[in-house]
Amino acid sequence: MNRGELVPRRRWPAWFDVRGRHVSGWAFILNRLTGLGLVLYLIIHLWVLRLLTQGEARWNAFIALAKTPPFLVLDTILFFGIIYHALNGIRLTLVGLGIGVSAHKRMFWVLMGIGLVLFVLSTWGLWTMTK
Amino acid sequence: MTEQRTVQFRVFRYKQGRERPWYDTFDVTVTPRTTVLEALQFIRRVHDPSLMLRHSCHHASCGTCGMRINGQERLACITRVHDIAGERVTVEPLANLPIIGDLVVDMKAFYAKFTPMAMPLIRHSEFLPEAEPPEGVDTYTRLENCIECGLCVSVCPVAASDPLYLGPAALAAAWRVVQEPRGQNVPEILAQVDTAHGCWRCHIAMECSAVCPSHVDPGAAIMALRGTLIRQHLPWRRKQQGGDAHEPR
Repeated sequence: MNRGELVPRRRWPAWFDVRGRHVSGWAFILNRLTGLGLVLYLIIHLWVLRLLTQGEARWNAFIALAKTPPFLVLDTILFFGIIYHALNGIRLTLVGLGIGVSAHKRMFWVLMGIGLVLFVLSTWGLWTMTK
Repeated sequence: MTEQRTVQFRVFRYKQGRERPWYDTFDVTVTPRTTVLEALQFIRRVHDPSLMLRHSCHHASCGTCGMRINGQERLACITRVHDIAGERVTVEPLANLPIIGDLVVDMKAFYAKFTPMAMPLIRHSEFLPEAEPPEGVDTYTRLENCIECGLCVSVCPVAASDPLYLGPAALAAAWRVVQEPRGQNVPEILAQVDTAHGCWRCHIAMECSAVCPSHVDPGAAIMALRGTLIRQHLPWRRKQQGGDAHEPR
């Protein structure tokens, strides 16, 4: 017997414990993370929009910066967050209203399939049209 | 010859008065048929008699040996060590319930929410000849098979963050009463679950249904409660009923 390994103090919320989780549990965690990310994005977005009040030159300078690869990577992550949160939100709304409860996992995978197509198309558009 | 192997059991330990819990590790020789509960009983018998755990029936009827095995909520009595991947098995008490000691949690809070749902324990319909499923119905779904193990409460991410949440077991029991009241006061039960900490608090992670060893499907029950309440709250339904069926809180 080996004694004494202290249980580590938890450093994240209990809902984020991913051990042994099933697909619906992962969907829940990802929904929360993308939700938090989108709230953060909204705040940054509104903060950036204030540049519009500071003249054309400042706004154009920001747009030029927003077309650089590091920003496009952030936009790609944003697309993922928006698409995932929206599609999973549709599933949660339907299931929450009692529609398709027994098929919620199938619904998840179908919507994620649609989401993957949307994500690939939007990312392709983002990286090609901003050149 | 029975295939034997040695597995390391990393067991959560906590004694009241100690500041922090810790893990003890034990080597246990297991066969393909050894269950986690048997391994823990062996540890208790041979290595450390102070190890606290709950168990009774050894066949998934009593619901007392619920715990987290490698992070997943399971009944230890029906979980074979061989079915768990890896050479190390981490055993921890159920989450979202106060720990009394080691693997034993205090179920008082669980029953305090479960009991008011007044789920009758006696099954009238089962095994009766007149309970033959009618044409078009494959089989009856057993609705009263919750063994009150607490796995659903342990796995629920909402129960982890809202101690007032009624929880999947109590809500499933409520839906069971709504479906087959047997003299229970359905409006009263619906009023109990129609609260911010009742069925509306669920975030549809559906982990409760995934881990339930009795296939109660609490997630679906919660959604069914919501459906019933939404229909009741529709303005034209209220009018028909001459007001609400219960006073929402």
